[in-house]
Amino acid sequence: MRSCVLLACVPDTASVIKLGAAGNRIDEAGIKWVISPYDEFALEEAVRIKEAGSGHVTVISYGPDRVQATLRDGLARGADAAVQVTGGETTFGNALAIARVLAAAIRKLGGFDLVWAGVKGVGSDNSLVGAMVAELCDLPHVSGVLKAEFGGGKVVAHREVDGGMEVIEAPLPCVLTAQKGLNEPRYPSLKGIMASKKAAIQTMSVADLGLDEAALAGAGCRWRSLALPPAKGGGMILNGETDPAAAARELARLLREQAKVI
Amino acid sequence: MTEHLDLLRLDELLSEDEKTVRDMVGRWVDERVLPGIEQWAYEGRFPRELIPEMAELGLFGASYSDYGLPGVSSVAYGLVLQELERGDSGLRSFVSVQSALVMYPILRFGSSEQKDRWIPALAEGRAIGCFGLTEPDFGSNPAGMRTRARRRGEGWVLSGEKAWITNGNLADLAVVWAKDDEGEVRGFLVERGTPGFSVVEHKGKYSLRASVTSQLVLEDVELPDAARLPAAHGLKAPLACLTQARYGIAWGTLGAAMAVFRTALDYARIRVQFGGKPIAAHQMVQEKLVWMANEITKAQLVVWRLGRLKDEGTLTHVQVSLGKRNSCWMARECARLAREILGANGIVNEYPVMRHLMNLESVFTYEGTHDIHTLVLGKHLTGFGAFEPGPE
Ligand SMILES: Cc1cc2nc3c(=O)[nH]c(=O)nc-3n(C[C@H](O)[C@H](O)[C@H](O)COP(=O)(O)OP(=O)(O)OC[C@H]3O[C@@H](n4cnc5c(N)ncnc54)[C@H](O)[C@@H]3O)c2cc1C
Repeated sequence: MRSCVLLACVPDTASVIKLGAAGNRIDEAGIKWVISPYDEFALEEAVRIKEAGSGHVTVISYGPDRVQATLRDGLARGADAAVQVTGGETTFGNALAIARVLAAAIRKLGGFDLVWAGVKGVGSDNSLVGAMVAELCDLPHVSGVLKAEFGGGKVVAHREVDGGMEVIEAPLPCVLTAQKGLNEPRYPSLKGIMASKKAAIQTMSVADLGLDEAALAGAGCRWRSLALPPAKGGGMILNGETDPAAAARELARLLREQAKVI
Repeated sequence: MTEHLDLLRLDELLSEDEKTVRDMVGRWVDERVLPGIEQWAYEGRFPRELIPEMAELGLFGASYSDYGLPGVSSVAYGLVLQELERGDSGLRSFVSVQSALVMYPILRFGSSEQKDRWIPALAEGRAIGCFGLTEPDFGSNPAGMRTRARRRGEGWVLSGEKAWITNGNLADLAVVWAKDDEGEVRGFLVERGTPGFSVVEHKGKYSLRASVTSQLVLEDVELPDAARLPAAHGLKAPLACLTQARYGIAWGTLGAAMAVFRTALDYARIRVQFGGKPIAAHQMVQEKLVWMANEITKAQLVVWRLGRLKDEGTLTHVQVSLGKRNSCWMARECARLAREILGANGIVNEYPVMRHLMNLESVFTYEGTHDIHTLVLGKHLTGFGAFEPGPE
């Protein structure tokens, strides 16, 4: 099975997020970039499929040079080849633009039986890119996969829906997006890290794919502004020592009238 | 992922793969070690179940490149040990012994049969090793060792006792140092189950509780000459191993210092006493935090330099003494200061501070006590050896 895995490079979830001066971007200074956690499940599954039988795994990432570290991380965890589509500064967070670029890269590289992505990119949490890539490549697609079995040129994919499981059969090639629970991703080994350091990363620009990045950036969506969540206010303490019954009445009143939770 | 203290932007001194290795092992420690370590230490149990995982990550013999080992830089290897000891000194000790005190002597002094048989097994965690130099009556002065290796026919007979041996009860293989009939120190590979060879665990430790420490008893243990490390001649052979291990300890204890510093800093920001201010706002608490950050930063520079010198091939044992001595001392002081900052909470296992503090008492003493390293440096500076062994 030849698969490719789309890797998004996102701020580590433990990062302290600050807003950039323009107000519609985060301040990237001091951010530690990692593989988006859902993409880790996708990569792990692709590598396991390869290890269980045979095959080849290509990781693809679209973005500036920081994605090289993401791709090397992918190689260290078992991918065989890595492709960077350079650019991405102006299309950051624009799901349709990103999907167009990735779909073009997938078509150009060609020959994949399976395209994996995470169900969503941590940080923007849009759950759009995987499905859009499938549409643009004219491939069937199952999102939020928790289990996938392959055979006879088909995949049987399990996904969770409200109150139950959906089991979907799709012909290959197809696009699958990985949900948390699909597997337990491995840690890259020291040997893998050392080997990935020496591996070559193939690069291509958006123009190489026959696309105009400026036009892509101007269409679809635009980030107008970002705001940090409001600071948590101090809690309120009701003193129940002298008159517990009154304190309980006051608590019930506040929960009903102020917090509106009961 | 823990934020690393980095006041001088020392991260810029590290290569990309060194940072990747550090962050990967750090994540493993956060996810696999920190959730269980207080319980393991409390029970006095080494977490054997982590051995296959550590092998899978490639942590055993990581800095060597023979037999397909990862061949990471000395700084990357140091960062591995730093992250492990940020978890617990016991885990770091396990990896130090396996790598620097068992794999290293086999690679450096062993025959090709010994290497073929043991290096892959040790790297994959299928075999566990220990290193027996110290004896009940000879710690700082191993030259006085009583363990004897006597010739018998083509082979050898070993007799004696080794004490305080990390991994002893876990080990499939013991690297044992003994004096031959001419008084020369030689190294032997003694396998578990060899008749006359037994191990007894040291019980009642308050330090390195998540690590196994044992006594090795050798009662007329017969060994073929093939069990001898052919290229090991004299005390300088085990001392060369110790130089490797001490290099790693200089890095490891930085991890313990970072752990207690981080705990104390977080605690001081939240704990409120007197006038609604967190204790971090009091000058005396700040002084302690600054002391720690200052010493950790200096020690980071020292170990980084040791690592680069090691890769250049010019690192001396005196430089390693400086690093081991400095790191263990400053980490032990940091643990004590962190303990003070946490007040009563400093003594319970809801926080890692007391565990690190107790661990560091061992690390301060093993692999050459603080004072012995002082004397090594003193001899280097003055030309006068103040610790030459007297006549036995
Ligand atoms: C948990 C643990 C694990 C260990 N693991 C191993 C292992 O795997 N393999 C192994 O071989 N050993 C191991 N050791 C032993 C360790 O290396 C020794 O404890 C150490 O070398 C000190 O020896 P000692 O305990 O006999 O102390 P001693 O040598 O008796 O020293 C006691 C005190 O006297 C001081 N002193 C001694 N001589 C002098 C001098 N000339 N001048 C000034 N001061 C002096 C010392 O600095 C120290 O303060 C381990 C020890 C511990 C605690």
